[in-house]
Amino acid sequence: MSGFLKYLRRNPSLGVGIFMFALLVVFVGIGYMKYDISKAAYPLSAPANKPPSLQYPLGTDSQGRELYAVMTAGTILTLRIGFTAGLIGLIIGTVLGFVAAYFRGWVDVLIKSLVDILLTIPGLLVLVIIAAATRQAMNINLLALIIASLAWMGPTRNIRAQVLSLRERPFLQAARLSGMNSFEIIFLELMPNLLPYLAASLVGSVTGGIFASLGLEALGLGAMREPTLGMTIYWVIYYSALLKGMWWWALAPVTVIVVIFVGLFSIGAGLDELANPRTRRVV
Amino acid sequence: MRLSYVAQRVLLLFATMWMAASVNFVLPRLATGRDPIRERIIAESARGGGATNIGINEMIAEYRVQFGLDEPLPKQYVTYLWNTLRFDLGKSLSNYPKTVIGLITEALPWTLGIVTFSTITSFTLGTIFGALIAWPRAPRVLSYTVPILLTFSAVPFYILGLILIYFFAFQLKWFPIGGGYPIGTIPSFSLAFMGKLAYHAILPSLSMILASTGGWALGMRGMMVTIQGEDYMNYAEAKGLPDSRIFFGYAVRNAMLPQTTGLALSLGYLVAGAGLVEVVFGYPGIGSLLGDAISKFDYTTIYGIVFFLIVSLGVVLFIIDLLYPLIDPRITYEQ
Repeated sequence: MSGFLKYLRRNPSLGVGIFMFALLVVFVGIGYMKYDISKAAYPLSAPANKPPSLQYPLGTDSQGRELYAVMTAGTILTLRIGFTAGLIGLIIGTVLGFVAAYFRGWVDVLIKSLVDILLTIPGLLVLVIIAAATRQAMNINLLALIIASLAWMGPTRNIRAQVLSLRERPFLQAARLSGMNSFEIIFLELMPNLLPYLAASLVGSVTGGIFASLGLEALGLGAMREPTLGMTIYWVIYYSALLKGMWWWALAPVTVIVVIFVGLFSIGAGLDELANPRTRRVV
Repeated sequence: MRLSYVAQRVLLLFATMWMAASVNFVLPRLATGRDPIRERIIAESARGGGATNIGINEMIAEYRVQFGLDEPLPKQYVTYLWNTLRFDLGKSLSNYPKTVIGLITEALPWTLGIVTFSTITSFTLGTIFGALIAWPRAPRVLSYTVPILLTFSAVPFYILGLILIYFFAFQLKWFPIGGGYPIGTIPSFSLAFMGKLAYHAILPSLSMILASTGGWALGMRGMMVTIQGEDYMNYAEAKGLPDSRIFFGYAVRNAMLPQTTGLALSLGYLVAGAGLVEVVFGYPGIGSLLGDAISKFDYTTIYGIVFFLIVSLGVVLFIIDLLYPLIDPRITYEQ
């Protein structure tokens, strides 16, 4: 533990990121103890349009939701969407990247050109079409899957590049000469070397997933009934909360979103430093 | 530059267009059990107070003929591809007689205006800033601003937009709260109206500039750091060239090239990000049009906008790709 704390002094951005998430955990924990989330985060559970007070710490919105309860539920739901989408994207990307870089040949050409074409198309726009076509049946899991369907190109490209550079190293040649088969080489030699890198890229894809989910929800393509952070932003825009002076309605989700993104960004930067200490960072 | 490369690039552009159009055609038809025309007509008749659904099937059949939905699927597909190729994106469902492409051309100048302005500004500011941070002889104070800029860049544009609206438009009342120009004024090319336009564009642009400057600064800083050990830098210094000449003519010039590549890659992100900024500010561009279409279930407009944006980004990337060898002599498209 003290070793870890010492390491954090050398890697302050990881520390900042962990601190941000600790804040979120405390925030959500208190919310859970205080509220029955299955009721208070949904409409008509509290008087509408109340500014923050002792009874309603973050105020209530125009549809009669307790904003603290909404934030508690929303933080978890939004992180869940981002994490699911990011993880699926990373898994698909890792498999494709490995296949492309390890076996080379026409598979590599095919995967690489598909990634290159898809990367030039703005993903959020394609997601808009998919989400618009499926909006009647939209729920949290479907949203995560839709986002995951376009979250694998970046990881594929990165993992491919990493594996390409690893496969020429002497220890892999030694492994090949010692008679290990492809399967053993991939799981016993390559994977362990990629783990810190995979962790850093997971943070990147989770950030991307949350970003996409917030975007789709703010446009009105999310699961309308769920109290996620993105839907809260959508209602803030829909009800012109700021023009009515209901600053608290926007303040809560904006703060949580900023904390999540800054936290993820710092953890990502910290893990990059851990995975590749040679990169010099400013934060 | 080889002709074969240009030909390949043109093919890729058409492949992108074809993919975008096909996605537009296939996806809505995959969503099973939905009949947008029936939904639409029932919604309209309910709005008019008509509870009876007499004759609704005849109406639906008539509309299906009008939209060409009674033809076999392969024929519909060919017609669809031919129409999109000519940028005939159909008619808007919610603004019925208006065509989708007409709506887009009305909204396009607004989006182009703020996106171009904020991209150029943040690119320039970020590049200069990043170069200065990495420059050993620049004031050290600058490096303290980096974490702040990076914090901004970690947050989506429209979230910053909400914060800016609250403080600068609602509390301080320095800027208008939304819209592209004051309500009640008639758009014209007069100087006074242009001033009002700019006034309304400041906050939306600012939220994009604040959010994207940090990214450019970080990229530029990285390049400047790698360049500083290069032989030509040592040589320039050994020759006794003035600092400013080394900075602009040697360091910045070489470090900037990857930045321009990044510019092309960031365009898609910028356009998508600008969309939500427009929704937040009620700015009358493509983003607001899209948000509006989504809220009114106007599918032809949604698909039309997405298709249009994908294709126009493809065209811009195509042009930038062809320009690279002119900007950076190290890039050639020869095998």
